[in-house]
Amino acid sequence: MAEEQTPPSPAPPPPAAPQGRSVDEIKRDPLVASAVSRVDDAVLGAKELVGEITLFFDRDRIVEVARAFKDAGFVYLVDLAGVDYSKYPGHTGARFSVSYTLYSFQKNARVRLRVWTDEQSPIPSVTSVWRTANWHERETYDMLGIQFSGHPNLERILMWEGFNGYPLRKDFPVRGIDTGARIYPEVFPEGGGPKAGSTGKDVKDVNIYKGEWKRYGQWPVAQIGGGAAPAKAPAPKPAAPAPKPVAAAAAPAATTEEDADV
Amino acid sequence: MFDVHEMEVNFGPQHPSTHGVLRVLLKIDGERIIEAKPVIGYLHRGTEKLFEHMAYPQCIPHTDRMDYVASATNNLGFVETVEKLMGITANIPKRAQLMRVMLSELQRISSHLLWLATHAIDLGAMTPFFYTFREREQILDFFESYCGARLTLNCMRIGGMPDDLPRGWLEDVEAFVDKFEACIDEYESLLTNNRIWKKRTIGIGVLSPEEAIDWGITGPPLRGSGVEWDLRRAQPYECYPELAFEIPIGKNGDTYDRYLVRMEEMRQSTYILKQCFPLVRATPAGDIKAKISKVIRPPEGEVYHSIESPKGELGYYIVSDGKTQNAYRCHVRPPSFVNLQALPAMARGHLVSDLVALIGTIDIVLGEVDR
Repeated sequence: MAEEQTPPSPAPPPPAAPQGRSVDEIKRDPLVASAVSRVDDAVLGAKELVGEITLFFDRDRIVEVARAFKDAGFVYLVDLAGVDYSKYPGHTGARFSVSYTLYSFQKNARVRLRVWTDEQSPIPSVTSVWRTANWHERETYDMLGIQFSGHPNLERILMWEGFNGYPLRKDFPVRGIDTGARIYPEVFPEGGGPKAGSTGKDVKDVNIYKGEWKRYGQWPVAQIGGGAAPAKAPAPKPAAPAPKPVAAAAAPAATTEEDADV
Repeated sequence: MFDVHEMEVNFGPQHPSTHGVLRVLLKIDGERIIEAKPVIGYLHRGTEKLFEHMAYPQCIPHTDRMDYVASATNNLGFVETVEKLMGITANIPKRAQLMRVMLSELQRISSHLLWLATHAIDLGAMTPFFYTFREREQILDFFESYCGARLTLNCMRIGGMPDDLPRGWLEDVEAFVDKFEACIDEYESLLTNNRIWKKRTIGIGVLSPEEAIDWGITGPPLRGSGVEWDLRRAQPYECYPELAFEIPIGKNGDTYDRYLVRMEEMRQSTYILKQCFPLVRATPAGDIKAKISKVIRPPEGEVYHSIESPKGELGYYIVSDGKTQNAYRCHVRPPSFVNLQALPAMARGHLVSDLVALIGTIDIVLGEVDR
């Protein structure tokens, strides 16, 4: 495409479209009309907020849709983001949504395409349309566990390979989980790093650690899936083979002077 | 005897030229790169997860820590996105807008200065480092006198600015800007016509405009490829429509052109700053905040907004459920992350020493790549 390489001096951004248009009116918007006409039967819905058009599409036809939009001038895939709607108030339906933000240099405007999916159903990858989608899709897979079919290299990108869980899912605890990494096997018999599932006090204790680990007790292990914060004073897990006489309850509450001046 | 002998080598993550903790898995034949595979995530801190668990104003300090050498623009992108979602973009007072522009442009200069220093050191030119850090230090002093911090500024608020400019700040910045153009000439005299510099940068990592757009590259690397596109002009925010500036573009899309583009961008930033001084003086002192509710609770909806950060298009995608004070989902579109993706394509066929030039010319900050 010859016209995509030298965008003319950009036109002033189009005035914000009036709010509250119907789906058909949005589809006839000059910004998207030509692309939508090619894939009209794949459009599931449309909405508009602060001048941004969002079009909902059939998941299985997203590659065809992406090509239609690319041919209509949306040559630049700005962003690809997944959202976990499982805790969204009043939401029913598929769990995940993936948003593709596109930009057209000629029209100097953006449009957002959205598809719905769940844990199992893969979304066809759009890496064949925009090469930049590669890492975006990997990140979405890594963070939310959304599957993309036909991706050349769908593996974790920010988390380490073998990490158990998808951090941006709503049921993943913000404090982290037991990763299974055995950093100090004699101290953390079940694995897990110093921050995994710890309470704030424990983190502070680690920072001023000088002497024996066992003084500070055993680390609670956060439950993935439950999402509930662990109890304030977690009891040692019965299944865990307590290696040393751990004194979780008897951990020193006040730090001594020599501990504090590290 | 002269057979091809492929080898796999780790470049980084603990390598000074990777500008942080970037690891590149290299498949090399002698010194020539057959394949380069960036491995990232060493600095992942779950920023997007944290955004979901704190109120909107509490997120602003976390945006500092993404691109930690350009935190003012990170702040700007975030607060503007929330303002767009709340529909108060037009209510921001003129003085606050100008202050945001000035801080962003100072930040752009300081980010480019850091880029120039490290890029030149990577390629063996030690001297520019001492010159650029002399000026960068002054800019950081301006930040410090405005907000108390030098790197993680946390200098913008939803609806305006936290404080008015301190007394004498404008005059100090004006004096700095007046002499800064001569400083750029000084850096250029060290590098632009330097034969070694040219040999190390011309023809290295050529990106055609089509390739650059296909890879989603933005910022100086895109303009170095000859695409005249800058979000300050294309999708203007704050008071950029009133400010005159030019968009420098390159011709060949190589490392040298990207260098020239960034040098010219620093000049353009000084022009923008010069236009800001009289405009700021014409605005009433203290008029820096829009009247908004103390509790920030944007309406339900989703919004994407982006600004031109020193590295490229920095976008935020926020989904709000309209009921809570924190974002339901806040996704960051970091320019470094997207630009870095083109590294394998740029590095193929070059020497290992050119990889250092390429990492420098993309201008990545790993805090932003990994978030």
